[in-house]
Amino acid sequence: MNQRLQEKLAILADAAKYDVSCASSGSKRKNTATGLGNATGMGICHTYTQDGRCVSLLKILLTNHCIFDCAYCVSRRSNDIKRAAFTVQEVVDLTMHFYRRNYIEGLFLSSGIFKDVDYTMERLARIAKKLREEHQFNGYIHLKAIPGASDELIHEAGLYADRLSVNLEIPSERSLKKVAPEKDYATAYQPMNFLRERIAGYKAERRSLKKAPTFSPGGQSTQLVIGATPETDQQVLQLADNLYQDQKLKRVYYSGYVPISTDARVPQVDRTPLVRENRLYQADWLLRFYGFKVQEIVDDAHPQLDQEVDPKLAYALRNPEHFPIDVNTADYEWILRVPGIGQKSAGKIISSRRFGKLRREHLRKMGVVWKRAKYFVLTADRDYLHLGYDPDIIRHQVLHGAKQKKMTNQLDLFATPQPLLA
Amino acid sequence: MILTYDGTFDGFLTAVFEGFRLRIPDLRIEGDGPATGDLFAEKSFVETDQGKAGRVRQKLEDLGGKKTSKALYRCFLSEQDDLERVILHTIRRLLTDGGAALNDYRDPLILRLQQIGKQIGREVHRMHAFVRFQETKDGLYVSLIEPDFNVLPLIGNHFRERYPAQDWLIYDVQRHYGLLYDREGMRFTTLTESQHVRLQRDWLTDTEKDYQELWKTYFKAVDIPERRNMKLHVQHVPKRYWKYLIEKV
Repeated sequence: MNQRLQEKLAILADAAKYDVSCASSGSKRKNTATGLGNATGMGICHTYTQDGRCVSLLKILLTNHCIFDCAYCVSRRSNDIKRAAFTVQEVVDLTMHFYRRNYIEGLFLSSGIFKDVDYTMERLARIAKKLREEHQFNGYIHLKAIPGASDELIHEAGLYADRLSVNLEIPSERSLKKVAPEKDYATAYQPMNFLRERIAGYKAERRSLKKAPTFSPGGQSTQLVIGATPETDQQVLQLADNLYQDQKLKRVYYSGYVPISTDARVPQVDRTPLVRENRLYQADWLLRFYGFKVQEIVDDAHPQLDQEVDPKLAYALRNPEHFPIDVNTADYEWILRVPGIGQKSAGKIISSRRFGKLRREHLRKMGVVWKRAKYFVLTADRDYLHLGYDPDIIRHQVLHGAKQKKMTNQLDLFATPQPLLA
Repeated sequence: MILTYDGTFDGFLTAVFEGFRLRIPDLRIEGDGPATGDLFAEKSFVETDQGKAGRVRQKLEDLGGKKTSKALYRCFLSEQDDLERVILHTIRRLLTDGGAALNDYRDPLILRLQQIGKQIGREVHRMHAFVRFQETKDGLYVSLIEPDFNVLPLIGNHFRERYPAQDWLIYDVQRHYGLLYDREGMRFTTLTESQHVRLQRDWLTDTEKDYQELWKTYFKAVDIPERRNMKLHVQHVPKRYWKYLIEKV
C-alpha cells in the first residue's frame, strides 16, 4: 500500500526541488493547547541536502501534470517524464506525520497546472485550510499563488498560509516570451500586486485590532532563474531591487539554472553557474541589510558582478577614496561597508569602543575577517604599517595571499607587472 | 583560596555568595571534579544553599536584567574547564560597569563568555533541528540525543510549545538523563539500568517505520547530484550527529 505513496513522493519532491526557497522564517504563529506546531519566527533547517541546501519544509508539488510548456521547467508538457498526483489527504497526512517527528517546519506546496489555473489553486488553498481547521496544524505553510487564479482563491490561500510566492522565473519579459510563450509579466505581477495590497491591509488592521486574522504574515517572495537567459547581473539586481521597493517582497531567490533536460529554446550550459548565483546572493544581502544601492554594486561600466571577489570587496576596490575607515570613530553605516566586517562585528565594534580604544587584536577576536578588513581600517595600533592604498595590490593579496608572492617567484597573470631588472 | 561546590548552578552561586561575603582574596571556584589546581592552595567545600544562591541570582538580575543571569547560566551549562573563572570575572565586571559590561568585547574573558554563549546557542539550535522523534507502541514519541554541551535544560520550552498534544521524551544518552513531557507537565527523568536506552525496532509502531522510509525517500529525492558539495553538507550536518538522524542512518 505504501509503495505507491513512496513513488509519488519521490517524483513530486524531485520535481519541486528546483524551487530554491526554503525559508520557514518571518512568521510568528502561536500554537494552541491541543494543536500541533508553531512558527518560531527565525526558521529552522532540519537537515541539509548533499549539495548543502537547507531542508526546512516538506517541499512538494501537488502534481507535475502541467498544461504549460515552459522551456526551463522539468514538468513542462512536452517533457517525457513520469507523472504523478497526490490526493489532498495524502499531502495532509505526510505533513502531519513528518511534523510530529520533528522532520520539518511545515509544508511548501506548489503544483503543475492541471485542468486550469483556478482548479489547481483551489486545491492548494483547500489543503492549507484542512491542515489549519481540521487538524489544528500551526506549523509553517508556504503556498504558490498561481498567476491567473481568481482573487478570491488567492485571498483564501493567504488566510491559511504563512507565505505566498509568485515566481517570475525569467529576469526579463523579452526572455520570458521566448522560453515560455504562454506566459507574460502582466499575469505574474497581477497576483503579486493583489498580495501586496492585502498583506499591507491586514497588517494595518492588526495594528489597531490584535485579534484580527493574519494574511500571509511571512509576506511574499519570488524566484529568478539565472543563466538560462542572457540578462546581466545589473538587470537582475535592478529587477530584484524594484521587487523589494515596489512590491515589498520579503525575499528574491536566485536559482542557478541546472540544465535539467535538453530544450532548444534555452542555451546549453555545461555547469550550473554556482559562483554567479553566490555573488548575486551576496549583492542581494548588501541591498537589504547593508544600505547599498544597486548603482554602487553594479553600473553601466560594470554590468556583471566580479566573480573573483565578493561584491563588497569589489565596491571597496572601486572606491578607494572612501577608505580606510577608522573603527574608533566612524559611523555604523561606514563600518558596515568595510569588507570582512559583517553586521554582528559592526555591532560589537560600536558597543565595545565605548569602553576604550579598539586595537587590531580586538577586531580579530571579535570575528572580523582580518584577511580582508586589514586593508580598509585604521585601529588604535600606532605601529600598524599601512600598505598605501593600491587597489590592484590589495586585490592580488586578498586572492593569492601576501606571502606566497615572495616565496614563489612565479609570474602571475593578475599581478601588477614588475620590471624584471629593477 | 579555592572554594569548591557540588557541580550544580545553585552550588556555584552559593560559592560566589560566600566568596564575596568573606571577602576572600584571590578567590577561585572549582567544581567537585578531579583536583587540577595548585597543591598548596587551601580548598574548602561550600554546601549548596538555595537562599544564598537566590540572592546572588537576584543581584545579577538587578545589575543586568534577566538576559544577563540567563547568559551566565548558559555559560555554566557549557561544561568548559574555565567556566567558573569566566563567570566570576563577569560578575566582577557587572559590579563595576553594570549590564553594559557584557558588551565589552575588548575584555578577553567577556569575549570568552560571549563565545561560549554563541556555542551554546548553536547547540540549542541544532537540537531544535536534529531531534528526531520515533513513535513507540505506547504512544510516546522518543528522541535520543548526544549534544556537545549540557543543553537539555534549555530546549524543553521549544518542544512543549510545539508538541503540547503528544507525549514525548528527549533523552541525553551521554549524560544519562532525559526530559519527559506528558499530561502532568515537563520533568527530568533517568532511565534505570534495565530500561534500554537504545530504541528497539519492535517497540516502534508500523506507522513509524512507514514514515521513516518516506522521510528517507524524500531526503534522497530533493538532492541535486549536479551540485553535490559534501564539504558544505558535513559543515551543516556534522558527522557526530548522523547516528540519530533517520535520513543519515
